[in-house]
Amino acid sequence: MSTTTTETRAAGPAAPGEPPQGTGLLGRLRSSLQQMLAFVSLIVLFIFFTVANPDFASVSNISGILLATAVIGILALGTTFVIITGGIDLSIGTGMTLCSVMVGVFLTYWGLPLWVGVLGGIAFGALIGLVNGSVISFLGIPPFIATLAMMMVAQGLALVISGTKPIYFTETPGFFNVAMGRSIPGLVIPNAVIIMFIAAIIAWVLLSRTVFGRYTFSIGSNAEATALSGINVRRWQVIVYTVAGCFTGLAGVIMASRLSSAQPGQGMGYELEAIAAVIIGGTSLQGGKGSIIGTVIGALIMSVLTNGLQIMSIPQEWQKVVVGVVILIAVFVDMVRRKRQEST
Amino acid sequence: MTAQTLTDTTATDSPLLELRGISKSFPGVRALDDVELTLHGGEVLGLIGENGAGKSTLMKILSGIHPPDAGRIAINGREVEILTPKAAETLGVTIIHQEFNLASDLSVAQNIFLGREPRSLGMFVSDATLNRRAAALLERVGVDLDPRTRVGDLTVAGQQMVEIAKALSVQSDILIMDEPTAALNDAEVAALHDIIRGFVSPTTGVIYISHRMEELKRITDRITVLRDGQYVGTVDTPDTELRTVIAMMVGREITAAQEPAPAHIDAAAPPALEVEGLSTKRLLREVSFSVRRGEILGFAGLMGAGRTEVARAVIGADPHTSGTIRLDGTPVRIASPAAAAAAGIGYLSEDRKHLGLLLDRSVADNIALSSLPRLSTAGFVRTGAIREAAHAAVDTLRIKTPSIGQQVKNLSGGNQQKVVIGKWLLHDSGVLIFDEPTRGIDVGAKEEIYALLQSLAEQGKAIIVISSELPEILRLCHRVAVMSEGRLAGTLDAAEASQESIMELATAHTQAIVHDTPQPTDTRDRGGPRHEHHDH
Repeated sequence: MSTTTTETRAAGPAAPGEPPQGTGLLGRLRSSLQQMLAFVSLIVLFIFFTVANPDFASVSNISGILLATAVIGILALGTTFVIITGGIDLSIGTGMTLCSVMVGVFLTYWGLPLWVGVLGGIAFGALIGLVNGSVISFLGIPPFIATLAMMMVAQGLALVISGTKPIYFTETPGFFNVAMGRSIPGLVIPNAVIIMFIAAIIAWVLLSRTVFGRYTFSIGSNAEATALSGINVRRWQVIVYTVAGCFTGLAGVIMASRLSSAQPGQGMGYELEAIAAVIIGGTSLQGGKGSIIGTVIGALIMSVLTNGLQIMSIPQEWQKVVVGVVILIAVFVDMVRRKRQEST
Repeated sequence: MTAQTLTDTTATDSPLLELRGISKSFPGVRALDDVELTLHGGEVLGLIGENGAGKSTLMKILSGIHPPDAGRIAINGREVEILTPKAAETLGVTIIHQEFNLASDLSVAQNIFLGREPRSLGMFVSDATLNRRAAALLERVGVDLDPRTRVGDLTVAGQQMVEIAKALSVQSDILIMDEPTAALNDAEVAALHDIIRGFVSPTTGVIYISHRMEELKRITDRITVLRDGQYVGTVDTPDTELRTVIAMMVGREITAAQEPAPAHIDAAAPPALEVEGLSTKRLLREVSFSVRRGEILGFAGLMGAGRTEVARAVIGADPHTSGTIRLDGTPVRIASPAAAAAAGIGYLSEDRKHLGLLLDRSVADNIALSSLPRLSTAGFVRTGAIREAAHAAVDTLRIKTPSIGQQVKNLSGGNQQKVVIGKWLLHDSGVLIFDEPTRGIDVGAKEEIYALLQSLAEQGKAIIVISSELPEILRLCHRVAVMSEGRLAGTLDAAEASQESIMELATAHTQAIVHDTPQPTDTRDRGGPRHEHHDH
């Protein structure tokens, strides 16, 4: 019988939402260790850089690292959903910039109130996601191509709408505080970081506690079986890209606030950093597997690496090389671990 | 065949292939334990065993994928080591796997010579040469097939023939066929058997792995039985009752009730599902049938007759051009599987792994999948309710799993099928369509699935069973709808249904090896990509 190996293991309920790996105490311990692999790497990196340069662990530097994580982190959160469905979203970088520009339009050109500008930016991100998802689901265009096209469209629109010039938030001076204010007295960490963690909690709840999260996993695991199980896969796919778009919009708002301006020329390349963070966090590009906690850790690893290498005065060009190698190692380790798991 | 004179394994000259004391362990599993096997020149040896009995491990050892931990392999009396697939090829051992290794976009000839293309000047490949040599091989196999045909356009049977021609092109002496007839209809099986008989000569032999007893009886000279990684024995086919072989295989005698259980039908109620004049662009023409609560309706027919297509059209997976579908007397419009599920029609695909299950998700996740809206509040899933529902399904269906958190891919075929059934029962579907409900399932577990289907009918479900195995249809169904070339050739009551009467209806039209497209240009022009499931 093919079940002989598995039947000897003790029974135990799986953690909801997480892909159940092994059962029983030993299995659970092993699977949680694997989950912690990225986390342990983060700690090791942290200790390494602290030893190399004690300034690394200073409060102001850590706060800087967290702030640098905020935008990439929020983009990565949204992309996690997309990648778990087996898709990809290349439009998040320039999409974020377009959202920044739209916030500029709402606040500076139209003089709308601050909160309308913030919510408008997020809503515009949702709109970009809705278009992405519709093109993918209803026109049947592969995600890579659909979002590549959107990447270019968004970049172009950002430039067209802004007239290729930055939009400054002269009408709403308070906008800067959205990302850079310190809402919690006595805490040096700026709002952007707190917003990222709140966004992460929302994403985690969405992915592990809702029907939406379940379908995200099941579409990535086997889209056709999901459809034959009576789930409207196309509709849910559109929703997944739309939700991812909300995170893009939020990242756009944070970006604009941090810079006190909407910079229409930037954004390109952010999508790849966000995708890298998701992958380092253990989400599979094949779909069906992934976690929000992993993505947060992945994003932190990216900025810890960049910041640490900077502090060690390693030239920027070499930083890219290191990050590239880290991505390879992360994916390779993950592959080896999965293969070993499957052979037992 | 002359094999009967050779079956005394201790006598005569050295056999074509001899395995002694083969053992192989994987971490935690003893896959093979002291297994022996002897194949003589000129014979067809059947190899049989339940899933997990060690057949595939033995094949992997013979094809050089896994080295054995212990034991001896001899070919023509000479001891050999098969450490790589290349070595197997050099020794003349060829395996035709259940899943074909064919590139569907290349032609028949290109596939046959893939990786061994005859070259001129060391780099140029001529399709004309390729086609000529392929044509010669195909003639040897006895198949009328154009070497230029795209392999993807062939039926499964046609692809099978290409695999065989490929095996012949490498001059193999030992041909191992893994479930070669799993997707073939009776006529195709007969053709395949002719080819096998043509292939076997005093210096060549065939190992024929199959679950289908009738076929083993027809084609093999001897049958070797494995159980739980151990060698049980070898019998001479002509002198052996199939019942004995099954008993050897499962370790006990299986007594199959031959008659379907009486139907529990409320004659006053309208049929649970009523289909009238269902047609699709591609295949189906005016198919009409109905099934009542408590009834099991069988769908029989040859490969490609349109049985699965009926199911896919009914659940809205493929569009239909005309026809009405009524549920409990009310006309419904079903445009997608989601709509079918909402209306209470569950479809259990023949391709469980690709179309039925989320293999790397848990038992609980799979069972809950179709019913999540009911198991959630305001979009938030109630994990407690899911766990409860999964435990209930595991208990009532007797799913053998260490826990509801177990990944479905670790379960046996029978238990995987039960997980799919559990999903639809939880969804409370009134109509259940089973497509090949026991494909790939052990003989022992089959009976359990049959009993389950019958009890579902008794509980008032309307059940449709699509099956290629006539004994299965006859065993289960109260009525049998027979499909032929996209049309309903007739419907038989259990009393009139027999293998003969069904086959008579099913073969009302003939079937070619290349897909019959009645108006080729017409369908090409209008048809978008359809039937993606054929790729698997």
